[in-house]
Amino acid sequence: MNTQLSEAPVREAATNGPGPAIRLATLPAGGAAPTVDAAPEYVVELRDVSCYYGAFRAVRNVDIKVAKNAITALIGPSGCGKSTLLRTINRMNDLVPSYRSEGQIMLDGQDLFAKEVDPVAVRRRVGMVFQKPNPFPKTIWENVAFGPKVNGYKGNLNELVETSLRRAALWDDVKDKLKQSGMSLSGGQQQRLCIARTIAVNPEVILMDEPCSALDPRSTLQIEELMAELKREYTIVIVTHNMQQAARASDTTVFMTMGEDRAGFVVEQGPTAQIFTNPRNQLTEDYVSGRFG
Amino acid sequence: MTVANPTAPPATPVAPRFEPALMRRKLTGTIFYGACLAAIGVLLLALTFLLIDVFRRGLPWLDLGFLSGVPSRRPANAGILPALVGSFQVGIFVAIFSFPLGVAAAIYLTEYAKDNWFNRLLQTNISNLAGVPSIIYGILGLALFVRLLGLGPTSLAAGLTMTLLILPVVIIASIEALKAVPDAQREGAYALGATRWQMVRGSIFPAAAPGIMTGLILAMARAIGEAAPLLLIGASVFVTFLPNPLEGSYTVLPIQVLQWASRPQADFQGISAAAIIVILALMLVLNGLALVVRARLSRHIQW
Ligand SMILES: Nc1ncnc2c1ncn2[C@@H]1O[C@H](COP(=O)(O)OP(=O)(O)OP(=O)(O)O)[C@@H](O)[C@H]1O
Ligand SMILES: [Mg+2]
Repeated sequence: MNTQLSEAPVREAATNGPGPAIRLATLPAGGAAPTVDAAPEYVVELRDVSCYYGAFRAVRNVDIKVAKNAITALIGPSGCGKSTLLRTINRMNDLVPSYRSEGQIMLDGQDLFAKEVDPVAVRRRVGMVFQKPNPFPKTIWENVAFGPKVNGYKGNLNELVETSLRRAALWDDVKDKLKQSGMSLSGGQQQRLCIARTIAVNPEVILMDEPCSALDPRSTLQIEELMAELKREYTIVIVTHNMQQAARASDTTVFMTMGEDRAGFVVEQGPTAQIFTNPRNQLTEDYVSGRFG
Repeated sequence: MTVANPTAPPATPVAPRFEPALMRRKLTGTIFYGACLAAIGVLLLALTFLLIDVFRRGLPWLDLGFLSGVPSRRPANAGILPALVGSFQVGIFVAIFSFPLGVAAAIYLTEYAKDNWFNRLLQTNISNLAGVPSIIYGILGLALFVRLLGLGPTSLAAGLTMTLLILPVVIIASIEALKAVPDAQREGAYALGATRWQMVRGSIFPAAAPGIMTGLILAMARAIGEAAPLLLIGASVFVTFLPNPLEGSYTVLPIQVLQWASRPQADFQGISAAAIIVILALMLVLNGLALVVRARLSRHIQW
C-alpha cells in the first residue's frame, strides 16, 4: 500500500485555525487555476484507517492521499465501505451510536481524530453533499445563509449568498426567486443549491457521496462541469458508481473492494487515466472493465 | 416447497394460467365501498340531527345581547360574556404553557434522549396519560394549583390544569411531527457545522412546525370544550362580572351550558342550546386557524 507519507503537507495560508472565522476566498470566479506543476500537495491523508460498526469491521487499514485542488474519485462495489469512509472524514459517522474508527486522518497536518478536535468544527472545514438533494424547508436564500449563520459569519450575508450561488452555477436560475422554497427547485437545481450552501461556509474539502445518482444525464453533466470549476478553489472527493463519471471527471481514482469478511479495503489508487487504462491489479481491471460489481 | 423433479424437465414451458374472475373481484370492491359509505353516512346523520336540534332550539335566543350580556335568573336577559371571556383566558393560558412545555419535551424525546428502555418507557407512559379520564386531572389541579400553590379557583389555575390535560396530546403530536422529518435534514445541517441545537432550531423545528402547531391548536380546542376537570377546581356557575384571571371566581362556556341545561325550564334549555352554538362556532374558528397556520408554515416544505 502507499507508503510515501514523508512529504508533510504544507498549506501556504494557514488562516483557518480553530474557531468560526471564515476565510472568504477572493479569487474571481473565472480566475486562473493555481499552478501545481511541482509534486502535488496533499490536503487530506488517511493513515491506516479502520472503521467499525459495533463488532463489524466495515473498512480496514486504508491509506489514501487526497491531492489539493483535484478531484479524487472513490469507486468500488456496493457495500465496500465508500460511504463509511467518506462519512469518517467529516466525522459525520460519530453520530452513529455503534460507530468507531481507528487510525489517523490528517487535515492540514492536524489529526481529525485527536481528542481535542471537535467534530462540529471539522464539519465546517470538510463539507458534504449527499446522494439525494436535501435542501432545508426554507427559502433559497436561507438555505445558503444557514451555514454561515450557524458558524458566526460576520460579513455581508447577501453578498456571500450571491457569491456562493454564482459559484454553484445556480445564480441565474434563482436570482429572481430567492424567497421561494429551496424545495421548489428541480432535482439538479436542488443539488446545486446543496453545493452552494456547502461552499458558503468555505470548506477546505468537499465530500460528495454519489451526488448525481438521483439526477438525469443533463443535470449530471452540469454537476460535473461545476466540479471541474470548483476544484480551482476546493479539493473534492467523490464517491460514484458511474465509471464514465469517474473516468471523465476525476484526477485521481481510488479503487476499493471488500474481502471475505466484508471489510472494505483499498486495492489500488493512482492517476485516473492509469487506473482505467493500465491498472496494476487484476481486481481493478475486472471492476473498471465491468467484469465485476 | 418441493423441488421440481430434475429427471423430467418440461419439454415446452407451460403458459401460466390465470382465472381473472373480474366480475367477482369488482363486486367485492363495490361491497366494501358501500360499507365505508354507510359508515360515514351514519356519522353524518347523527351529526346532522344533533346540529338541527341545537340550532332549532338555540338560534332564536342567539343575538348580540346574548353575547354581550351576563347570566341572569330570567333567560330572556341572560348572556354569556363572562363565560366567553373565561374560556378565552383559559385558552390563552393553555397556549402559553403547553406550547413551550410540550414542544421542548417532544424535542428532548426525539432529538436528545438516547434510545434506551427508560426513555421508551417514558414515551409509552406519555401516550397512556392521554387516555386518563379528564376528571383525574381536575383532582390533580385542585390539589396542586388551587390548594398547594394557592392560586385559588381562578382561570389561571384552570389554564394550568387544562395544560396538564392536553400536554400528552401535544407531546405525542409533536413527536410524530418531529419523527416525520427525514434524517437527511439532520445530516444536512450537521454537515454545515451546526451544533445539535442549531440543527434542531434551523432545520428540524421549521420542518416539523406545521404538524406541531396543528396538534397544539386542536388540543386547545379540546381544552376549551372540556368541563369535567373545571367542576372540581371551582369554576363557578353564576358569574355576572368579567373574571380576573388571577383572583376571584370565573366560569367557562361548557360549565355555563351544563348549568343552564340542568334547569327544568324550557327557556333555559334554549339559552343552553344557544351557548352550544357559540362553542361550536369557537371550535370552527380554531379548526380554521389550524388549517391556515398549517398552510402558512408548510409553504416551503415539499417532501
Ligand atoms: N449505520 C450502520 N450500522 C451498521 N452497519 C452499517 C451502517 N452503515 C453501513 N453499514 C455497513 O457497512 C458496510 C459498508 O457500508 P457503506 O454504506 O459504507 O458501503 P458503500 O460502499 O457506500 O455502498 P454503496 O455503494 O451501496 O453506497 C456495509 O456492510 C453496511 O452494511
Ligand atoms: Mg454509499
